[in-house]
Amino acid sequence: MSKQVFERPTITKLSPGVPSKHGVGTVIAPMPMIDGVKVDDLMDTYGSPLYVFSERTIRRTMEDVKRAFSVRYPKVQMAWSYKTNYLDSICRIFHQEGSWAEVVSGFEYDKAIRNGVKGENIIFNGPAKSAEELEKAAKNGSFIHIDHFDELFMLSDVCQRKDIEARVSIRVNMDVGIYPKWDRFGLNYENGEAWDALNRIMLNPKLKLMGLHTHIGTYMMSTDAYRIAAAKLAALADEVAKKFDYYISYIDMGGGFASKNTLRGAYLSGEDTTPSFDEYAEAITSAIIDSQIKPDKLPTLILETGRALIDNAGYISGTVLANKRLSDSRRATIVDVGVNLLFTAFWYDHKIHPVGNHSGLVEETTIYGPLCMNIDVLRPSLMFPALKRGDRFVVTRTGAYNNTQWLQFITTRPNVVLIGMNRDIHQIRKAETLEYITVNEIIPEYLSKKLK
Amino acid sequence: MPIKANIALSENGFVFNPSTGDSYTLNNTGKEALAFIKEGKDISQITSIMLERYDVDRITLERYLADFVNDLRINNLMEE
Ligand SMILES: Cc1ncc(COP(=O)(O)O)c(C=O)c1O
Repeated sequence: MSKQVFERPTITKLSPGVPSKHGVGTVIAPMPMIDGVKVDDLMDTYGSPLYVFSERTIRRTMEDVKRAFSVRYPKVQMAWSYKTNYLDSICRIFHQEGSWAEVVSGFEYDKAIRNGVKGENIIFNGPAKSAEELEKAAKNGSFIHIDHFDELFMLSDVCQRKDIEARVSIRVNMDVGIYPKWDRFGLNYENGEAWDALNRIMLNPKLKLMGLHTHIGTYMMSTDAYRIAAAKLAALADEVAKKFDYYISYIDMGGGFASKNTLRGAYLSGEDTTPSFDEYAEAITSAIIDSQIKPDKLPTLILETGRALIDNAGYISGTVLANKRLSDSRRATIVDVGVNLLFTAFWYDHKIHPVGNHSGLVEETTIYGPLCMNIDVLRPSLMFPALKRGDRFVVTRTGAYNNTQWLQFITTRPNVVLIGMNRDIHQIRKAETLEYITVNEIIPEYLSKKLK
Repeated sequence: MPIKANIALSENGFVFNPSTGDSYTLNNTGKEALAFIKEGKDISQITSIMLERYDVDRITLERYLADFVNDLRINNLMEE
């Protein structure tokens, strides 16, 4: 007779009056496989914790977004938002799917070039471009999205001194009926700043106005905000056309579509509340099509969608290190994935699934990471099965921002693997080593002597 | 290690404490361990039986049984 799986014994008090979350309500499905590959096999080979990406999910999600927009609008171009995830292999999948690169620093710019993206297919955003970076981008024919007047004047100066031309857009911020307003980036629509900048660009022989850009926020649940934003950019494009008889090439709506993650503390699951690509597409494309822009002059629609394209394709698997009881007798589970690896734990109530089978009963648990830090909480409170030391779990929808905002803290960062289209496994980033972390350190002579 | 005499354990893993009115739910291993405790078995006897039945090593089992008994104590289900 084969032995049964051991779950640590639990006893959980039922609160009268409160609907019981036990048995009914919370169902936490085990997750033995990711994309058809056994999690145990991956972890046996690549260790714990482990980042896992699904190439199928990435490509399928790209197909979804492209379909949603291209059935509604003639010219659509995606631009992969590097800051969301700039692991080279991930970027290259998006580039293979036809995405340009959207970058916000010289570092990201160089990364895109290294990934084989042509200069003329790079959108250079952000408030902090240097004169050297502007010069390089201008020479490469990249789209420079001007964030503020200082940048406009700096770029104009660079172009004049070097006798080069630059292809530019302006980033526009505006009231789209959401709070807090994102007015920190770009030039304002309502107070006329954006219009003023457009006039200066149109009159500057070195600057070629290519488009209009906005990025109204991130994890935007309102499709109406996109409708308003697209309508305002279209109105600006129309004013430029009327005054200068000049037609811009594109309207870039930025990123911001919500992924299906659930925001921390939200009552309803993101799976139920997040608008679909079709709903976002309908709002944006109808605003442009219904604007005063002539049908034969419709600009290309660019999207810099980040999290909604990659969140679903990423996972972190890990291992339970210990169980504790807190002073108020609540349960705590300590795991080897900390907030340094799962930065989005501050934002989201990430779903966590045990890899193995469990009895189905759940208890209220706090899940802590392994860092010696009070803030290292993956889930402050969730109903979770009674995992014991050594049990494995998978955190889902971790693909966006975690591999760019991760912190090397207290220990090194783990392996990253990609499950390819044929369930082939590829290590796409090696676990860091002590050598990797210390290679750039320089010890002054007087501190290099051996300790007595 | 006696459990309070009036504690009721149902077949499907519910526990009722008539003196406080509190009820509890147990998972399968909890149900089994509590039934053994009610029968008067001690931890080493329970450990031996469960080691036979479950895919678990002795140290892990002892550690989590001790934890479980402590949970019973915290919930006032054990005799002082
Ligand atoms: C200019 C710009 N474009 C695109 C994005 C991607 O946004 P998201 O991941 O919300 O789609 C960002 C993210 O902050 C951004 O700043």
